[in-house]
Amino acid sequence: MSRRTEVLLWGAQRLSAMVLALCVVVHLVTMILAVRSGLSGAEILGRTQGNVAWFAFYTLFVAAVSVHAPIGLRTILGETLGWRGSATNLLVSAFGIALALWGLRAVFAVFGGAAS
Amino acid sequence: MNTPGMKNDYRARNHPAYWAFIVHRVSGLLLTLFLPLHFWALGQAFHGAAGLDNFLAWTHNPLVKFAETGLVLLLAAHMAGGLRLLLIEFLDWREWQKSLLAVAAGISLVCGLAFLLNVG
Amino acid sequence: MQTLKVKVWRGTEEGAFQEFEVPRQESQTVLDVVTYVQRKCDPTLAYRFACRVGVCGSCAMTVNGRSRWTCRTHVDKVAEDGTVEIAPLRNLPVIKDLVTDMKEFFDKWAKARGRFSGSKTRKDEFERVSPESKERKRVDAGIECIGCGVCYSACDVVSWNRDYLGPAALNRAWTLVNDVRDTAQAERLAAVAGDAGCHACHTHLNCTERCPKGLSPTAGIAGLKRAVLSATLSGELAD
Repeated sequence: MSRRTEVLLWGAQRLSAMVLALCVVVHLVTMILAVRSGLSGAEILGRTQGNVAWFAFYTLFVAAVSVHAPIGLRTILGETLGWRGSATNLLVSAFGIALALWGLRAVFAVFGGAAS
Repeated sequence: MNTPGMKNDYRARNHPAYWAFIVHRVSGLLLTLFLPLHFWALGQAFHGAAGLDNFLAWTHNPLVKFAETGLVLLLAAHMAGGLRLLLIEFLDWREWQKSLLAVAAGISLVCGLAFLLNVG
Repeated sequence: MQTLKVKVWRGTEEGAFQEFEVPRQESQTVLDVVTYVQRKCDPTLAYRFACRVGVCGSCAMTVNGRSRWTCRTHVDKVAEDGTVEIAPLRNLPVIKDLVTDMKEFFDKWAKARGRFSGSKTRKDEFERVSPESKERKRVDAGIECIGCGVCYSACDVVSWNRDYLGPAALNRAWTLVNDVRDTAQAERLAAVAGDAGCHACHTHLNCTERCPKGLSPTAGIAGLKRAVLSATLSGELAD
């Protein structure tokens, strides 16, 4: 992998980290507030379904984590198991794409619905 | 290709910043493994409120609540530790970088506690 | 007479600790102990030193599991239960006993483009660099490196990635990146970029914890990370 790509991956890891830091703060606060009164399916979906702002927010969240997690995983595989090179790069890329699709599916399930 | 020479043991690594690294790496890995499960659980919403309720019933198990608190703690620790790293990497060197560690640990614990108290 | 139990590494990477009893003395350094063993107990012990006063950087070893300069490490400070364990530096091939082959360590300084390139001749005026300038202050923060190899030995990323240039070489590169007279900046940034360079650093701070001169290679490496990223984004980084 070229030097430029390595540096850009590092940059993408940091940029996604900055986005994620904001997302996680919002996520943590919402989560802690939401569990106060106990969770029920109806209550959750009533709050979330068709809510465009939350839909956009969690789409961004999923996108950022799908960039962040595979890059981190790639580093761990290289340093811990000595897996370096194109096979590992392919593996973590596939993981990133799968994570993004799987995450978007969840976003649609929770926030789609009435809006769609 | 392995680096030649003898290797360090725990004695060389026993300092706060190294512990912070361990926490960051382990939490990052566990969160990555957890995410697909989390997305699967949220996907139950495709089956409407009943689908979610089925899943939520399972989470009333105290053991699951304990694990959830652990996850909140991992998430908060990974975020706070990550912010510390961003500050060190993107700002010029500060003597207070050691205090950042204490702040990061504090934030994580507060988040974990807040969740634990509210979920109870 | 009070004595100190000393375990000294014998052999190459394959080997074992050999035990000696050494008389305790006031203000005794670890290097004093090694010298005593070599002169009074076993003349075949191999170790390396030169200045004995913390200037030359030749006598670094692993003392009770931590990389240290032995000439300025007092036994009082490091002995645990009256015992000191002395081994060669980590991450470097062991030639014999306490002596490592430092070739890879210094080769990496060259790879990190750790030499100065100027454009002026002796006929030109001196360049004026204000001691108050941001660049000069950054140079000051990293320039006192004595090349002892303690940081390289303490670094986990070096252990995990043989190509990683290591803290000392990158710290050197950072002082040159901030040398306003230097003319090889593009080449240097390319040399320190990516997975074998500054971006492999995980901010363990092992180097910063152990540097006997109190430098922070981590800080310099962070500076390189930023400098290389901006060169990459502006399309100036050579591939």
